[in-house]
Amino acid sequence: MARFIVRRTVSMVFVMFAVSILVFLIFNVLPNGDPAVRMAGKVPTETQVEAIRQEWGFEEPLPVQYWTTMKKLFTGDMQSYFTQLSVTEEIWKGLPRTFALAIGAAILWMVAAIALGLYSAVRAGGFSDRLLTVLSLIGISMPVFWIGALLSYYLGFKAGIFPNGGYVEFADNPTQWFWHLVLPWFALSILFIGFYSRVLRSDVMETMNEDFVRTARAKGLSERRVLLKHVLRNSMIPIVTLWGLDFGFVIGGGAILTETVFNLQGVGQYAAESIGQLDQPPIMAVTMFGAFFIVLFNGIVDIVYAALDPRIRLEGGAKA
Amino acid sequence: MEAGPGGGLGPWQLTLRRLRRNKVAIAFGILFLLLVGACLAAPLWAEHVAHTTAEENHLSDTIVIDGKTTNVVDFLGTPIGPTWQGEFFLGADGNGRDIMVRLLYGGRNSLLIGITAAIGTILMGMILGLLAGYFRGWVDGVISRLLDVLWAFPVILLGVALGTALALGGLKIGPLTIQGDSLGIPILIIAVVYIPYLARPVRGQVLGLREKEFVEAARAQGMGSGRIIFREVLPNVTSTMVVFFPLLVANAVLLESALSFLGAGVQPPNPSWGTMIDEGVDRIVSAPHLAIVPGVMLVLTVLSLNIFGEGVRDALDPRSKVRIDH
Repeated sequence: MARFIVRRTVSMVFVMFAVSILVFLIFNVLPNGDPAVRMAGKVPTETQVEAIRQEWGFEEPLPVQYWTTMKKLFTGDMQSYFTQLSVTEEIWKGLPRTFALAIGAAILWMVAAIALGLYSAVRAGGFSDRLLTVLSLIGISMPVFWIGALLSYYLGFKAGIFPNGGYVEFADNPTQWFWHLVLPWFALSILFIGFYSRVLRSDVMETMNEDFVRTARAKGLSERRVLLKHVLRNSMIPIVTLWGLDFGFVIGGGAILTETVFNLQGVGQYAAESIGQLDQPPIMAVTMFGAFFIVLFNGIVDIVYAALDPRIRLEGGAKA
Repeated sequence: MEAGPGGGLGPWQLTLRRLRRNKVAIAFGILFLLLVGACLAAPLWAEHVAHTTAEENHLSDTIVIDGKTTNVVDFLGTPIGPTWQGEFFLGADGNGRDIMVRLLYGGRNSLLIGITAAIGTILMGMILGLLAGYFRGWVDGVISRLLDVLWAFPVILLGVALGTALALGGLKIGPLTIQGDSLGIPILIIAVVYIPYLARPVRGQVLGLREKEFVEAARAQGMGSGRIIFREVLPNVTSTMVVFFPLLVANAVLLESALSFLGAGVQPPNPSWGTMIDEGVDRIVSAPHLAIVPGVMLVLTVLSLNIFGEGVRDALDPRSKVRIDH
């Protein structure tokens, strides 16, 4: 086990290093034109650009530039030249909101997908199964920002059932906090419910033909017990793996559209709002930290799995 | 091709036959073709029915509906809704532009980006997957790590990063120059971010194929690596390519709309479904049809591709598990 952790950690560090190089290349090397001008935003002044060139060392060789950029990113020394605010502080401010959105949505999509997937599998071929299949296909075909905007307008603004976007701190008013997050949770979950319920459905249907299920039935267990204790437990494995990975993705920047359309002011929206100003430092920092979080989170998921299932330790991790 | 138990039909003919039996998939495939046809016919509609262009403003114009003269955009700045007649069939947007015309022209951009990007992903993903799987060793090491790195980013975030970085000055790699405001930027970005989704399964398949007898036979005959890869291995992974293509187009169209919504994709005033939804969401309170119309069009397109794509997958290889994020 110790060997697996060491090996997994080494590969994690390696991928993080490569991620940082790629981010550096995307922002400072690949694009055409003066990097200092791009860093300065939409309407830079001559002196500003010059100051940025000095600060980031854009005249130095690339390895030195890389080192300066990383130092700025990880010491929290990076600032937006549009708002003059510290990028790291802004990210910390948005983080609790992004977590609140992601955790709630992850619970919702898992519970909904298990219920719908199981129901669909039991009723396979029937009317409700077909209806659910159609709905999940529509679900994975809808852009989240579009359905989010429509939900917010019709259920929020027009019907007045839910608030029309915005976020309330949990400490200030837990009920309002919850109420403000209901639509974002739902909108973010639709896609995943669509995916997971179909994966689970096909897996449950396959598992139902296994010998151990027949044995369970032969023992005289009730259908409900067979389904929940024997079939579902087995079919959960693939979607639990997906769940861990997708949760990391949502935190690491995947919620950018949902946050923006519901005005939650999370980390993703911070990046989204910087796009309009062509304000690069925030986008660079969010991209980097997002990818780092995902790599780290996937590493942890892998190690937890290896602790639970010794077979994985020998094969060496599912995914970087 | 060998005569199999299917009555002397090759695998592709069998696939086609299975696909034809799937009426739902065929119906949605036809729906997609109709949508593409409608977008291709955009200039016809603009010239002969709507009498305007996608960029032309009609802020101070009036239009006659049921004998009554109405402003295209009223004094509060609220644009007219669907008239269900030639001009402003689906209403106007905030600048008094004809939505139907913009929808069709925007669809051209969205579909062009989606299809070209998907072709780009297929080309690059195939090449990387074939090389990594066939040569193994350090080639595989380099390519696989590269895919790991791309895989570590959420698709949308990588798209946003590339989109903003390239928006000002464009891209210049050797002889290849792409202007910052051209459609080439979103096409390139979308093609790149989906590479791992295709290259990884292809690599896995090739790793298995290279140990098969027919590859060994080819090697014993003295065939070079290049010929073995393209003549012997490639034909055996084309089914993966065919399964992925419609689903890749669907997700590329969705990603284009998301990037354009965030301002990192197609740059206005060039219409695309994403920029139209973006403009519509800003005005959703006064004129919800601005957001609804392009969104419905987008969902129909993506849905038809997804259903048709699933039909293709079921006909070709029902056990394969394909999942692409957007």
